[in-house]
Amino acid sequence: MISFDNVSKRYPGGHEGISNITLQIDPGEMVFLTGHSGAGKSTMLRLIALLERSTRGQLRVCGRNLTRLRRGQIPYHRREVGMIFQDHRLLHDRTVFDNVAMPLIVAGLGHNEVSRRVRAALDKVGLLKRERAYPVTLSGGEQQRVGIARAVVSKPPIVLADEPTGNLDADLSHEIMALFESFNQVGVTLLIATHDLELVRRLGRRTLVLHSGKLVQDY
Amino acid sequence: MPEVNSRKSSARLSSRRQINPRIWLIRHLQVALSSLGRLARAPFASLMTMSVIGIALALPSGLLLVLGNVQALGKSWDGAATISLYMKPLVTDEETAELAQKLRLYDGVSEVSVIVRRQALEEFRQLSGFSEVLNALDENPLPAVVVVKPDESHSNPQQAQTLADKLGSADGVELAQLDLQWVTRFHAITKIADRIVWVVASLLGLAVILVIVNTIRLEIQSRHAEIEISKLIGATDSFIRRPFLYSGAWYGLFGGLISWLLVTLSLWLLDAPVAHLAGLYQSEFELSGMDISTFFILLSCGTLLGLAGSWVAVGRHLNSIEPD
Repeated sequence: MISFDNVSKRYPGGHEGISNITLQIDPGEMVFLTGHSGAGKSTMLRLIALLERSTRGQLRVCGRNLTRLRRGQIPYHRREVGMIFQDHRLLHDRTVFDNVAMPLIVAGLGHNEVSRRVRAALDKVGLLKRERAYPVTLSGGEQQRVGIARAVVSKPPIVLADEPTGNLDADLSHEIMALFESFNQVGVTLLIATHDLELVRRLGRRTLVLHSGKLVQDY
Repeated sequence: MPEVNSRKSSARLSSRRQINPRIWLIRHLQVALSSLGRLARAPFASLMTMSVIGIALALPSGLLLVLGNVQALGKSWDGAATISLYMKPLVTDEETAELAQKLRLYDGVSEVSVIVRRQALEEFRQLSGFSEVLNALDENPLPAVVVVKPDESHSNPQQAQTLADKLGSADGVELAQLDLQWVTRFHAITKIADRIVWVVASLLGLAVILVIVNTIRLEIQSRHAEIEISKLIGATDSFIRRPFLYSGAWYGLFGGLISWLLVTLSLWLLDAPVAHLAGLYQSEFELSGMDISTFFILLSCGTLLGLAGSWVAVGRHLNSIEPD
């Protein structure tokens, strides 16, 4: 599903985000990505979503060679990769419903289909009753769940999460992880960057440990 | 999620998936309306931009309209090309009438009228204000005049001149005069004015584009977050461009409407004085306003300039926003 073959990312100025990473993530896996801040977790996710291009090596996602993907194809690639951020990245001048609907509107779905899918996604994250609310009126955990609904509403085969529980307390973190596990059960491949080691240990999933841009552990 | 499994094996992107044309049309309408709504939510700022565009468009379109009127006036003079044959002083009224009779059969002549010496004196007395002086003269100093109107095939300046030269050599004619020089000069002047108006129109059109570029640039800046998130979730460039292009088109369209209002208002203000002036010249001339096709051309020009401006702004500024 995702395969890194000797992938490096060097930023202008010489700093290496990640260096010589080789790994393979199979369809339907749920993988954690840990390591200290600046170890390259975000860089890896950004490369998969093509927010950045790798400077060396081959990166394949869903069978596509990302190093050779033309610029015009990037939007279509991103539609198959749902992204979740620590800071949610919601639009505050739009309702919860409209925020979650964005990926479907972008993909050109019809009105009825959009409503149906948005409600299904909101129901899944338990926010169906708040569809008309504006994000500022929601708590941090609720906002994160809106972000998750937006990431999965178009049913992408891959979901990436960058510190999804970074600002949440333990209970809320567990809720979010339970959601991720339920997505994983229906076949979604998940890659979750976090430094909540306690949470990672408890879930007992495959874990990648990065240190200064290098993959130091894979268990 | 059954789709998930089927997609896993496919290396190809679902990129060129056909979008239902009905949905495509509905989305365009939605974007067009929401762009309009966005303008309506900041009515003062929008109106200012539209007014600037309106004024910039009103100036050249107003000038063109005035020029069109002046040219129409010139056209009506074209047919008025006449040749005056001044008779020698000793030619009698009978001889003059005889000549006129002959000229009526002449090739290229459509009308001939005679002003006999007494008649000429009467007219001059009435119109010139020199009646006292004329009374002091013991003899009529004015010659008889035969006025020849060339037919349509001889009405342009060169042909009329040739005809005048020919008629000038007829018996008893002292002088044949074709008074067309001022008409040709008038045409030359309107041609220059026409050029000037088009130069002004191009410059102001450019100004409209620049105003829109700047307005859309600010709008792009204020919607930075939305653009970034849209890119994150896989919006294509054309999807992101669309609302801004519609905004630009709306600005242009409403600018065109405002310019029409301004031009119509100005013409209305000019109407009475022009009618008065025309009255002084015993002319039926009336200012003609903007007809419906010109009105639509004006609106289309505004809209196209708006689109062009927003296209430039979008091309320059959208690519600089990348999600991080």
